[in-house]
Amino acid sequence: MLELKNVSFSVNDGDAKLDIVKDVSLTIPDGKFIVITGPNGGGKSTLARLIMGIENPTSGQILLNGVDITGMTVTERAKMGIGYAFQQPPRFKGLTVRRLLSLAHGNELPEDQCCSYLTKVGLCSRDYLNREVDTSLSGGEVKRIEIATLMARELNVAIYDEPEAGIDLWSFTMLVDSFKAIMANRKESIVIISHQERIMQLADEIVVIADGAIRNYGPKDEVFPKLMNEFDAGCTFRGNEG
Amino acid sequence: MEKIDLSMLQKIADIGSIPSVGAYNIRKNGAGVERRSTENVEIVTKTDKPGIDIKIKPGVKAEKVHIPVIITEEGVNDTVYNDFYIGEGADVEIVAGCGIHNSGCQTSEHDGIHRFFIGKNAKVKYVEKHYGEGEGTGQRILNPTTQVFMEENSYCEMEMVQIEGVDSTIRDTDVHMEAGAKYVVLEKLMTHGKQKAESNMIINLNGKDASAQIISRSVAKDESEQIFKPTAVGNADCKAHVQCDSIIMDSAKISSVPAITANNADAQIVHEAAIGRINNDQLLKLMTFGMTEEEAENIIVQGFLA
Repeated sequence: MLELKNVSFSVNDGDAKLDIVKDVSLTIPDGKFIVITGPNGGGKSTLARLIMGIENPTSGQILLNGVDITGMTVTERAKMGIGYAFQQPPRFKGLTVRRLLSLAHGNELPEDQCCSYLTKVGLCSRDYLNREVDTSLSGGEVKRIEIATLMARELNVAIYDEPEAGIDLWSFTMLVDSFKAIMANRKESIVIISHQERIMQLADEIVVIADGAIRNYGPKDEVFPKLMNEFDAGCTFRGNEG
Repeated sequence: MEKIDLSMLQKIADIGSIPSVGAYNIRKNGAGVERRSTENVEIVTKTDKPGIDIKIKPGVKAEKVHIPVIITEEGVNDTVYNDFYIGEGADVEIVAGCGIHNSGCQTSEHDGIHRFFIGKNAKVKYVEKHYGEGEGTGQRILNPTTQVFMEENSYCEMEMVQIEGVDSTIRDTDVHMEAGAKYVVLEKLMTHGKQKAESNMIINLNGKDASAQIISRSVAKDESEQIFKPTAVGNADCKAHVQCDSIIMDSAKISSVPAITANNADAQIVHEAAIGRINNDQLLKLMTFGMTEEEAENIIVQGFLA
């Protein structure tokens, strides 16, 4: 179980203090599938980075299975089973897809297992195994490989930061299927930051974050209809259905 | 051979002992110590200067030749001239390499001057690894000169690697290519401490449809310094691509000066060069796999030089 207790994060913008995340408290039980959504610039990605330890909260506490991890490094949190898929994954000259997946897994992955992860994210595996994760791959390819690196790990909490961003329509359909498959076999809690209705539809619970704070939080069946009404009424952030 | 010799051979030539097949020549502290010629590969000592001639018969297939050099004493200054004559249509892999173990305080230096005469349609793969070790304060210096003369439609692939422990190196590579010849060079270099490395290459594409690919990847750590000057000269309807990529760390300095010259309107020559530090997101990504920052850095460097 992942718990956020009164987590705030602010940065200094010149003389002014800018509050990015404001007093967020959230409990994510084991095995739940949570979608965090809300307008751009609302603090969603920062919240994910706070959970992974890439940023440290200005105040508040983060607990994993009752252990206070607020002061822990990214490495320590990773070892405790937190995984994070970057919105814009970095590229590595010289590292092959197979090597990256093996590094994620912690030891050398057999070829068929690598292939199965790649197939799940819609990549024809044999073409990709020995390719370098460098600029020769498209943005969409790198994103899918990024998702595969999380599949290759044994996790307690998997965080995906806008997995759909930069992925074409065809791949998106496959991505939704992958998340369905992940959901069906999941042991870990899954937190996905997304603007996509079709991903929200998969969620157990939806958290709406706007202006750094939780605006709405509850079971999908409660939150989702409200969200749609709210944004149909005047806002434009409703995603295009893939 | 002593234990230290064998460990060095493993590092520079991927052999833990005398090669079981193929021709070889092992040079230690300025003198040849072991040699085997084969039916297809003849190794003979030069009579006018230190060094050997390696003659590979035309048309032979999948031949392998090892010519490692090891220096285990301090104060050795060894200059050697090795000439490779590769017969028409031959297909050969040559593994060279030099390891210096210097536990003393005097400089040990090996300057290898290698010339390759590659016959028509011949295919050569050449691997050269340079490595230095030893707890002494004596400098470990390696200055290789490589000259390659390629006849029509020959192919030559060179992998030149210097990973560790060489205090100072100046590498000069000079290639002359006739029609249809193809040359690929991959240079990998890592420097640390106060090491200095300089690499100068001139690739002359003299015949129609000659093509060359020059790839240099390097990592400079600590206060080390690197200078790269790869030059491609297109004298005919040819193609060349020069690519230099470097990771810079700590207080290191890198200068990358690729140059391209076209003396023919049909020459197509491209160069690209990049120097940059390891990006923070790369480190973070690997740290989210449970690695420490230092482990992540090593993986990135190893991958880059793999």
